[in-house]
Amino acid sequence: MKRIYLDHGATTPMKEDVLEAMLPYLKEIHGNPSSVHSFGREARKALDEAREKVATALGASPEEIIFTSGGSESDNLAIQGVSNALYTKGKHIITSSIEHHAVMDTVNYLGQICFDITFLPVDEFGMVNPDELASEIRDDTILVSIMTANNEIGTIQPIEEIGNICREKGVYFHTDAVQAIGHMPFNLKEQPVDMLSLSAHKFYGPKGIGVLYKRKGIKIRQIFFGGSQEIKLRPGTENLPGIVGLGRAIELAAEDIEEKREGLILLRDRLISKLLEIDSVKLNGHPVKRLPGNVNVSILYVEGESLLLGLDIKGVAVSSGSACTSGSLDPSHVLMAIGLDHQTAHGSLRLTLGRDNTIEDIDYTVDVVKEIVEKLRKMSPVYKK
Amino acid sequence: MRIKEVYIDNSATTRPYPEVISEMSRVMDEEYGNPSSLHRRGSEGERILNTSRQVLADILGVKNNEVIFTSGGTESNNLAILGIARRNRRRGNHLVTTAIEHSSVLQAFNQLEKEGFEVTYLVPEKNGVIDPQKAVEALTSRTILVSIMHVNNEIGSIQPISRISKMLKAKNPAVIFHVDAVQSFTKFSLSPQQQGIDLLSMSAHKFHGPKGVGTLYIKDGIHLEPLNWGGGHEKGLRPGTENTPGIAGMALAAKISTADRRENMEKMNSLKEKLISSILTEHPWAQLNGPLEEEGAPHIFNISFPGLKGEIILHALEEYFIYVSTGSSCHSSAKEPSHVLRALGLNEEATEGAIRFSLSHLNTEEEMDYAASKINSVIAELANFHKITT
Repeated sequence: MKRIYLDHGATTPMKEDVLEAMLPYLKEIHGNPSSVHSFGREARKALDEAREKVATALGASPEEIIFTSGGSESDNLAIQGVSNALYTKGKHIITSSIEHHAVMDTVNYLGQICFDITFLPVDEFGMVNPDELASEIRDDTILVSIMTANNEIGTIQPIEEIGNICREKGVYFHTDAVQAIGHMPFNLKEQPVDMLSLSAHKFYGPKGIGVLYKRKGIKIRQIFFGGSQEIKLRPGTENLPGIVGLGRAIELAAEDIEEKREGLILLRDRLISKLLEIDSVKLNGHPVKRLPGNVNVSILYVEGESLLLGLDIKGVAVSSGSACTSGSLDPSHVLMAIGLDHQTAHGSLRLTLGRDNTIEDIDYTVDVVKEIVEKLRKMSPVYKK
Repeated sequence: MRIKEVYIDNSATTRPYPEVISEMSRVMDEEYGNPSSLHRRGSEGERILNTSRQVLADILGVKNNEVIFTSGGTESNNLAILGIARRNRRRGNHLVTTAIEHSSVLQAFNQLEKEGFEVTYLVPEKNGVIDPQKAVEALTSRTILVSIMHVNNEIGSIQPISRISKMLKAKNPAVIFHVDAVQSFTKFSLSPQQQGIDLLSMSAHKFHGPKGVGTLYIKDGIHLEPLNWGGGHEKGLRPGTENTPGIAGMALAAKISTADRRENMEKMNSLKEKLISSILTEHPWAQLNGPLEEEGAPHIFNISFPGLKGEIILHALEEYFIYVSTGSSCHSSAKEPSHVLRALGLNEEATEGAIRFSLSHLNTEEEMDYAASKINSVIAELANFHKITT
């Protein structure tokens, strides 16, 4: 049976190159980078090199790169880090209403312990309005956290504009770029971003490793305590094979990034236009300002989950929302925020494309979707053509 | 047989088993799904999580829902200590630990002091062992947590955790008992239920598993506050897409390491005996720190060569491809004297001249013979150079 993976937003298959880069650090060079002897020094060298690669890819300096266990930890370190460091200065934090759970649950927790949280609404495409942000910033605002690109509907925010507003008002700006890194070019030398989270397994790197970029001079406090690793902000023996893998993956992602992006956009738009040919289907998210691999549609009179399972039987792996919340029965907070009603939200499907997908994959997927939708709608008491 | 190298710094980190590397590569290559995804790729990931959790639960003799995965020992210790203290604050603000814990435990307690908790640091006896009576005496009606490591990472002293727990709970049944078992898991038989342990931390890379992954055992009914917030993974205590290759590697490493546990322990014991007796016979002026040879763990011991500098010995041994450490690697670049050796009351000379040896069952007799002869000649040479009267 054909197996087509269209869930790259949840996780990506690891590149062979990345695994090859990691293997020596699992086998021969297995030292602890904090050890003083040559095993340790070799490990330290690899750690420094990987940090350098990440810095180069982002247009940052090596001392601005902090390795963490992944995107969720990076988001927490940024947000809790700032709230711990600056709570005497102010207790107001602004975020959007469509953030990933790692951001949303963290600010909600802070909301319970006496911080004041503003959730900016988004428009029907999932866009934050920078003017609205500007008007919400107060004297006691210490942080703005707005994702670069949404994990469910793929909408890309005007982070440059947002960053400039924050800079003008003297407020820290963090962006969760977990879905964006590796898929769109970044240059933090020019972009007004103070902190940025990324996760290796979203761009063909290993699981269990991520980065928080923290611009020099930005004050945060650590979440865990212990050794003095990662400029004292993230203790614990470094996951060296993972770090080396992340370094290699980010390097590979930067190669012909434009070409790969254009290729994905072609596939994405083909998939979107073919899905929209089906009766009562609507695209969620922005038509143009969206991640190159992201497709999110609501297929009315169909349960997204039934469709997902039907597709799975036919060998096509997709998602009905973000992987972190699928399994829960609540409709996605993102789809609610862009104004979908419950029923439409429940009929939504996310297909996220990656480097191995082909035109044939897309066409096959569309055929299968059509077939299953027809079958499901025949059983639906409410659907009338 | 020619000796290529002797790695006896296994408390810093270990070399992953080849089987572990193959298993991790297989998962990365073939079963890369996100366990939260609903499709088949996701179920593959979920299956890895479930089987790995079961393996670790079986080794500890606990239920699989009592095992959660973290990014390593530091995170497990922090989650246990900060999580319990912050969540149970209403019951009291007094905490107890020891002066010889790993820095991830001590620093977590330092942080809690800043948050208004009161912490008692128990000082061990000269042999590095905590007197259970002292632990009990430190308890007050406002004590909510006691955290005591099982095997010390610098001197190998073994704490009587079962006895301590029994005595603590006899005095105050509500007290929660956490054990940092990072250096003892897979070496010693651990049974949280029988030993009265409520939380237990471990780290895969200390038993020939991968770096970047660890486990925290949390007894059913014990509530803690998470450190990080997000997607509801690991019972809401530890968010983030699970590191399935690392978790699979950890479970396999635990399985292999515990399969021949007794033989491994006997082997390490005899290697340790060989190395200690050779060094102390040749250099009677050197001193074994902490527990007596027969009291300590079979894989960790610490010898001082008063008058010499540990770091110089370390680099001299490196010339012969022998790898040791001057203390905990989490501290060794900090250039501070070891807080563990100071807690034993060692003077400056003994502290500065200390070397930690940490063995694995993968070390061999031949390696020990080679190491002993090189260590002895290096020490003799350095002692001669520094005109130490031996």
